[in-house]
Amino acid sequence: METSIFKYILRYSRKEQVLILIATVLSMPLVYYSLEIPKLIINQAIGGDGIPASILGFDVTQISYLLILCCAFLALTMINGGVKYHLNVYRGVLSERMLRRLRYDLYSRVLRFPIPHFKRISQSEVVPIITAETEPLGGFISDAFALPAFQGGLLVTYLAFIFNQDVFLGIAATAMYPLQMYVIPKLQKKVNELSRKRVLTVRSLASRIGEAFAGNTEIRSLDTSKYERAEITGRLGSLFEIRKEIYKRKYFIKFLNNFLNQITPFFFYLVGGYFVIKGQLSLGALIAVLAAYKDLAGPWKELLKYYQMKEDIRVKYAQIISQFHPNGILDAPLLDSDASGRQTLQGALSSNGLSYAEDNGVKHVDGISFEIPVTRHVAIVGPTGGGKEDLARLMARLIDPTRGQLKLNGVNVAGLSVAQVSRYISYAGPGAYLFTGSVLDNIFYGLKNHPRPADTAIDDANAERVRLESRRTGNSAFDVDACWIDYKTAGVEDSGELEAKAIELLSVVDLDRDIYELGLRSKLALNPNAALEDRLLQARHRLSDELSRGDLNHLVELYDYSRYNTNAPVAENLLFGVPRDSATTVQDLINHPYVQSTLAKDGLLDELILAGRNAAETMVDIFSDLPPGHEFFNRFSFISSDDLPHYKLMLGRIEVDGIESISDEERQQLLSVALMLVPAQHRLGIVDDAIQQRLVEARHRLAEGMPAELTALITLFNSDVYSGESSVQDNILFGKLAYGQARAEIRIGELIRSVIDQLGIYRDIMRLGLSYDVGIGGAAIPVDQRQKIALARALLKETDLLIVNDAISVLDTDTELKIIAGVQQLRRNRGLIWVLAQDHPAAGFEQVLTLEKGKISKRSNGSD
Amino acid sequence: MSMIEEVEALRNIPLFSSLDDSRLKLLSFTSEWVVYQPGDNLCIEGEKGEEAFVIMEGDVDIYVNTKSGPLLVTTHGAGEIVGETAIVCDVPRTATVMAATELVVLKITKDVFMQLIEGCPEVAVAVIRELAMRVNDGVRMALRDAE
Repeated sequence: METSIFKYILRYSRKEQVLILIATVLSMPLVYYSLEIPKLIINQAIGGDGIPASILGFDVTQISYLLILCCAFLALTMINGGVKYHLNVYRGVLSERMLRRLRYDLYSRVLRFPIPHFKRISQSEVVPIITAETEPLGGFISDAFALPAFQGGLLVTYLAFIFNQDVFLGIAATAMYPLQMYVIPKLQKKVNELSRKRVLTVRSLASRIGEAFAGNTEIRSLDTSKYERAEITGRLGSLFEIRKEIYKRKYFIKFLNNFLNQITPFFFYLVGGYFVIKGQLSLGALIAVLAAYKDLAGPWKELLKYYQMKEDIRVKYAQIISQFHPNGILDAPLLDSDASGRQTLQGALSSNGLSYAEDNGVKHVDGISFEIPVTRHVAIVGPTGGGKEDLARLMARLIDPTRGQLKLNGVNVAGLSVAQVSRYISYAGPGAYLFTGSVLDNIFYGLKNHPRPADTAIDDANAERVRLESRRTGNSAFDVDACWIDYKTAGVEDSGELEAKAIELLSVVDLDRDIYELGLRSKLALNPNAALEDRLLQARHRLSDELSRGDLNHLVELYDYSRYNTNAPVAENLLFGVPRDSATTVQDLINHPYVQSTLAKDGLLDELILAGRNAAETMVDIFSDLPPGHEFFNRFSFISSDDLPHYKLMLGRIEVDGIESISDEERQQLLSVALMLVPAQHRLGIVDDAIQQRLVEARHRLAEGMPAELTALITLFNSDVYSGESSVQDNILFGKLAYGQARAEIRIGELIRSVIDQLGIYRDIMRLGLSYDVGIGGAAIPVDQRQKIALARALLKETDLLIVNDAISVLDTDTELKIIAGVQQLRRNRGLIWVLAQDHPAAGFEQVLTLEKGKISKRSNGSD
Repeated sequence: MSMIEEVEALRNIPLFSSLDDSRLKLLSFTSEWVVYQPGDNLCIEGEKGEEAFVIMEGDVDIYVNTKSGPLLVTTHGAGEIVGETAIVCDVPRTATVMAATELVVLKITKDVFMQLIEGCPEVAVAVIRELAMRVNDGVRMALRDAE
């Protein structure tokens, strides 16, 4: 990038800078006249002195002259304002364009950084550079040339006037300038130094705060927050000291300037007065010179201010740029060019004396030579840190060798573009980073190399404007909303085939089961799909048929409006539904006046409270002997260990004074205990057949007159309606798994799967699972699934060589072996290089290389 | 079955005969009553075990793997406990337990079982006796095979 900000400005906005300059100069007469006319109005029109007899042949009176001048003043003010408005907007837009270009350039350079460089830089340092540190540069850019030119022009004009009056006076007026021009840069230099230091301190502060985010668990668990705060305090302190020093020096410069400016009039009075007395200068001329000098102070001050700002910006720019010039940055054409007309890779991947060392000089790969036919399946094993990881990264051209060359079919890999390499080689590494979006977005991510040409040209005035704007700031010419997925990269023809291939790959990476389960757990409320809902309702009915046919009714208790469901809590039975969303609790629904009054009518409310009392008594009986806070409370009890003493007292009071003695709040507490009872599971014998019958009757009564505001909060169980707020699985099941039936969950799971297959909606379920949001950096899904997704992403690309660098390390051995076998099968006749753990059996590989201390210690044929 | 009936049933099992009412209730409430169909496996040899089973109704067959396939070792019936070795000794399942008839068992998880042993020496002694008997049986069987 350009080494100085002025070069950068001139390179990208020369024309605009000239335009601003011209407009500024042209607007000067307007400013002049808008100051001149008020003088005319007062002196001539109002003072009645020197009114012209006629203007353009029309007679003028004093009143009409006043009117003309006032109108002219008004018009000038408006024109002046208009010019200023447009000039300001133009300058603002220019600043913003340059800022956009600068940020884009910096970001592009980040993408070209050599991969090892990312280990040395802190994300929290670089991000604020691009976002925040560039900001003041934008404001400066539009002033960079126009301001000094304009103010300088004014200064020269005034000076010319003064020198014209008298050379000595001119010298007197400028006597202090050399001193100022000498002293101020000297002082400014120290300020520059300080502001450079300040930027660095702010950056390291950002980096340290970033570390607190990354290490949040450690700081909490090791109790080092005091240390961390002391650390930040130190940095804030030094920042404060630097700023204080900057203020001192900056305002000293200002003070000095003001002082030196005030010295000059002293010379005027002395020298000018002397000449007037001697009769060599007229008094009028001296007064005129003094007036001119007063005007001189303005531009001079502005120029000095500009100088200080320029220095500040110059330093900032240099510091920004310095972060974006690491050694070994990728050549822009290698990143930007596209791979067209790819041919199948032939020959071998070979190297001669390949070495790789990090900055500290330690050789991770030390003079390795090999020749691997590109269709071969090769395992690389060896101890961690023995060089196998870096060898794989060298092979994928993610890092550059320090010595030696890596050749693909005789061609040096270093000369290939990123696009070419990625068309030949796919790579899955240990990091398994996922981007924000769905699982499917992430699997397809590797196909987004270039937008499809047909979709890039949208004929729309707005789109055209957006495109033009990004072009004139050197930004990407591609539309992010275009269709980026290239089917050919995945070796398929259309979206249907692509989806089929992705789903097929899920089973290769052993992710099909997880995604299927995510699909079953997903809710359709956010993306309603009437056709699918219809099919799922069919699945529900089919499942119920299958249950009766297979004599499996004892495994599930289906929801039935006319029957009590003993595997569901009392509350669900009563409402025959569940809260619509997590913002409403069951308690809220039961507390609704309508429910309370309906239950109170025939005494059911009292019965439930009694049931709650019985259940609470049993809880007190069973759990009293356990120490407070025992984990059984959380797992089994309706009453927490903290509340147990309170219930004990309450029950004792009821024993003595009867149930009427307790408060309304306590009644609600007992009611809520009763509402949680699940007869089949808890087997307390409290919710007996008689109460169950009464609860079903109450359910019917509640349903008849339920007010709309309550209905809106409940998802009612309705065998013919799909509920978007419930999961797909709950919708198909439409009931509860029966308690205490061995393997019920597994058998019902299998049955649901067979129903889904019968109806041909397996792919729809998978699609739902694939639309699951992975969260920031994939944080919403477990790390083993993340690794599987990353591997599927690499497998989806049709490439000649697949390099898997320790990419499924967190999986258990059985799963790992299964996936390796699946991938080997998938890549028959195509190259596969797999970096494995030290003592891995490496079964099914044609060749095994063992790397130790950066050298190949063993080459063997595989164990086929 | 309601809790009162369950507690009665548990009281008739020698292992738990010394427990008082509230402990029996705790055991019943915190354990799962599970129904198995004939042929269902309660546990499989070599897998990790997290629970013991008290047979309430029905019979189970105990198999161990040998070179020549699974070998039926013994049969247990109502009132007996199986699967406790894995959770007491923290080892994988030493045998496969299969339902021989329709079966009702009380599935006791490791922590509930340990809680019971810690709070009740009589149960601990009973479990020790049971384990010792099994070791004894095993040694006898091994000696007999060796002859």
